[in-house]
Amino acid sequence: MAFDSFSAFIAMEGHGPYVWACYAVFVVLLGGLMIWSARRNRAVYDSCRRRLEQQQGSKDSARPKAAATFTRVEVSQD
Amino acid sequence: MWQWFHKLGSPKWFYGIANRLMPWLLAGGLIVLLAGLVWGLAFAPKDYLQGNSYRIIFIHVPAAFLAQSIYIMMAVAAVVTLVWRMKLADVFVKAIAPVGLVLTFLSLFTGAVWGKPTWGTWWVWDARLTSMLILLFLYGGAIALDRAINDEKSAARAVAVLVLVGVVNIPIIKYSVDWWNTLHQPATFKLTEKPSMPMEMWVPLLLSVLGLYLLFGWLACLRMKTEILLREQRTRWVRELVLAGRK
Repeated sequence: MAFDSFSAFIAMEGHGPYVWACYAVFVVLLGGLMIWSARRNRAVYDSCRRRLEQQQGSKDSARPKAAATFTRVEVSQD
Repeated sequence: MWQWFHKLGSPKWFYGIANRLMPWLLAGGLIVLLAGLVWGLAFAPKDYLQGNSYRIIFIHVPAAFLAQSIYIMMAVAAVVTLVWRMKLADVFVKAIAPVGLVLTFLSLFTGAVWGKPTWGTWWVWDARLTSMLILLFLYGGAIALDRAINDEKSAARAVAVLVLVGVVNIPIIKYSVDWWNTLHQPATFKLTEKPSMPMEMWVPLLLSVLGLYLLFGWLACLRMKTEILLREQRTRWVRELVLAGRK
C-alpha cells in the first residue's frame, strides 16, 4: 500500500479531487456504455422475436392465401 | 485462406463466434482492468515529480491508446468495405464508432483534469491536445454521417471514405509530442525502448490497457450482434435463431 491510512488514500495529498473525479467519470461513462449497449441488444432482440412470432402466428391461423400476387416491375423502354 | 476470408464475412458465422467469446472477454476484461486500476490507485509508488496526480495515467493512457487503435481498426475495416464490399466490415465500423467517441472523450477529460494540478491549466491549444480533439470530431462526424444517410450501402461507403480521410490525423497525434514543443509528456509506451517508468508503475498500466482492450472486444461483439440482428432480421438463420429462443 502506498498510503498510510484510508483518509490519506482518499486525500491523495491534495490531488484527491482530480484523481477521483477522473476515475468516477471513467467508471460512469464506460459502465454506462456497456449497460446501454446490452439493453439495446436486448430490446432489438425482443422486438425481432415479437415480430417473428406474430408472423408465424398469422401464418398458422390458415388465412386464405392470395391466389396471385402482383408486383410492379420497371421495364426499360429503350 | 480465401475460404476463411469469406467465412469471416458471414454474419451468421460471426454471431456464433461472438457468442462463444463474449463471456471470456467480459470476465477477463473486468478482472484485469480492476486489478490494474486497484494496483495503480493504491499500491503503485508515488511519482517523485507529479505526486499522486499521476495516478490518472492508469485511465488516461488506456483510454487514449484505445481511442487511437479503434480508429486504426475502423480505417482497416473501411478499406475492406470499399474494396471487398464485405458486410461485416461495415457492421464493425458502425458498432465501434460510439465506443471510440466515448474513449476519446475520456482521454481528453482525464487529460484536462490531470493538466490542472500538473501544468496549471485545463487546456492548451497545442498539437497533441488539438489533434486529439480532431479525433473526437472525426468520430462524431462518422456517427452523424451514418445517421444522416438512410440507404445502408451509401452510408457505409460515405462513412468509409470519411474514416479513411481522417486517418491522416493518427500519425499527427502519435508524433505531435516529438515534432512540436508541447506541454504534453512524451509517449509512455514505446515498443523499441525499455519503459522509462519503474516496473511497479508500468505493470499496472499494462494491465489496465489490456483490460480495457478485452472490454472493448466484448463491447464490439455485443454491438455488432445488435447491428447484425437489425440488418439480417429477414433472413432464415436469424428467424430460426430467434424463434428457438437463443440469443
